[in-house]
Amino acid sequence: MAMISGDNHGLRLAVRYTVLALIALIFIFPLVFMVMSSFKPDQQLLVDASSLRAFLPVGDISLNNYSAAFERAPVGLFVFNSVLVTGVTVALSLLICSAAGFAFVFINWKGRGVILSVLLATLIVPFETIAIPMLLMVSKLPWLGMEGLTWGWLNSYHVQIIPFIADGLTIFLFVQYFKDLPGELIEAARVEGASWFQIYRRIVMPLSGPILATAAILKFLAMYNQYLWPLMVTQEEGYRPVMVGLQYFFQLNIAWGEVMAYLSLITLPVLGFYLYLQKAFIASIASTGVKG
Amino acid sequence: MAKISLKNIKKSYGNVDVIKGVDIEIEDGEFCVFVGPSGCGKSTLLRMIAGLEDISAGDLVIGKTQVNDLPPSQRGVAMVFQSYAIFPHMTVRENVAFGLTIAGASKTEKDAKVAEAARILQMEHLLDRRPSQLSGGQRQRVAIGRAIVRKPQVFLFDEPLSNLDAALRMDMRMEIGKLHQQLGATMVYVTHDQVEAMTLADKIVVLKDGKVMQTGAPMDLYHNPANLFVAGFLGAPSMNFMNVEVVGVKGDVAEVSSPVLGKVRVSAKRGPFAVGEAAILGLRPQYITLESGQALMTGKVALTERLGAETVVDIGLGDGTSLIAALPQDTVYSVGSDIAVGFDGDKAHLFKAETLPEKGAH
Repeated sequence: MAMISGDNHGLRLAVRYTVLALIALIFIFPLVFMVMSSFKPDQQLLVDASSLRAFLPVGDISLNNYSAAFERAPVGLFVFNSVLVTGVTVALSLLICSAAGFAFVFINWKGRGVILSVLLATLIVPFETIAIPMLLMVSKLPWLGMEGLTWGWLNSYHVQIIPFIADGLTIFLFVQYFKDLPGELIEAARVEGASWFQIYRRIVMPLSGPILATAAILKFLAMYNQYLWPLMVTQEEGYRPVMVGLQYFFQLNIAWGEVMAYLSLITLPVLGFYLYLQKAFIASIASTGVKG
Repeated sequence: MAKISLKNIKKSYGNVDVIKGVDIEIEDGEFCVFVGPSGCGKSTLLRMIAGLEDISAGDLVIGKTQVNDLPPSQRGVAMVFQSYAIFPHMTVRENVAFGLTIAGASKTEKDAKVAEAARILQMEHLLDRRPSQLSGGQRQRVAIGRAIVRKPQVFLFDEPLSNLDAALRMDMRMEIGKLHQQLGATMVYVTHDQVEAMTLADKIVVLKDGKVMQTGAPMDLYHNPANLFVAGFLGAPSMNFMNVEVVGVKGDVAEVSSPVLGKVRVSAKRGPFAVGEAAILGLRPQYITLESGQALMTGKVALTERLGAETVVDIGLGDGTSLIAALPQDTVYSVGSDIAVGFDGDKAHLFKAETLPEKGAH
């Protein structure tokens, strides 16, 4: 009896892992192709593409594409710009959106239901529809910076950061998570004399690890993959992020090897960030059912 | 320390009134228990005292201050919640010291006060643990520790023992009783458990549907319930009720009878009763005797529960109603046998006829 059920169990596990491995393979293939191709000259890359060799480090392997990519475009600057814009936006977004979620869930004020509904309704508005009006708006806004008061936000970091700090989805994520926190914890803290800010900082935030990780990853990906907006608001190379920088490789003659080298390079920060938050992110998907 | 007075306190959610004009005076240092069936408004009332619910109308005074519109932190109260509500990301020490930390106390002061609270609650060895490493009873201690460390004027307990198992509940009940003697603070305690109410309280407030049914010392309520609800709610097993007719009245004594009960004299302090009036006779199961010499009615044994020190007998009467008797020793009665039922008329309660409370209301 025990042996039969043990065999069954083993068989089921084997089937499960095979299926999982196949699915993983489907997701990994394009990545492997990208990384392998980044080491090959264009000619070989195109020949290999029709066979399994496309996924193997064979033939004329070198780092030439990488050095060419750095020559063709200021890759380091683009990565720096992207990481800066993304990092600052994620940090501010977590702060502002969690505070907004806190106010929606724990503080009783007139009109919060209506405002939350309006906020959620913004989720169905595609960014493309508001891009032009927003461009017109930011091009006229004042800014107090190093050079004193200037008008128009174009060609700057803040034009890529400020419009994306608060968004309906992130606030909604926090609202949902906070609703599940035991209300008596908040009440206990109130009776103990804590102010709303102290409750936010000392009770709610320390208990929000999983949702902070989820919101951070979702926001990170959305910001890092930004293309349309930075293309519209940065005419100067100095402020452009990685996705807009990709254009350099499609001008005149397309160098596929360099494109792949560039793509491999800009994937690294995403990978690093994800690995850093992986544990919390998976825990959060398991508990909230929300995924990126 | 402080006195609490509630004057015509009301609470409504939209059109629904949940607290309908409550007047209660809780003396300085008194242990006051709010008891009643679920939905009677006892927890809402406690949360109104704590400042966690708005007061729709009336005056709430703690000490000499009207606190209706003060936030919880300025009312000088500490509260122990049903779920304990200890902060899962802090150690026991940090939990107990939370209020002091918020108030900006120095580390030396915090250490001293936490040590004192831990000594009183015998939980010195738990201070560096996390809540997830504690049992239910230990968490309860932490919640109480957090309450006593600030030395508040008033302690509020919201069904603090209802998540504990029976044995632990009894231990903690005694500890809370001792704590009250030790601290001498005013305590307000909400429970649906009448044993907790009877054993802990200096004063019990029985609530039903947002109204006070009766207020008084536990034994006053037990021996002189003001109405059928209080009579049926306090005491276990609960009081038996019989429909009777008044056939004679003489001062505080009435003579009553019913189809199953011959004429008998009973105490009738809730009068005046008139001859021919329908009334309800209340008999505590403990005052019913099953000895043939004192028989007033007869019945059949329907069920017996032998508890060792006590035997509970369910007796079917001739008119289809039943009666519960609780006898103070282990006795064997065979089911279906005929039995003589008697009681002491002085210990019986006669009530004006009104709707009977639902059986098992608690």
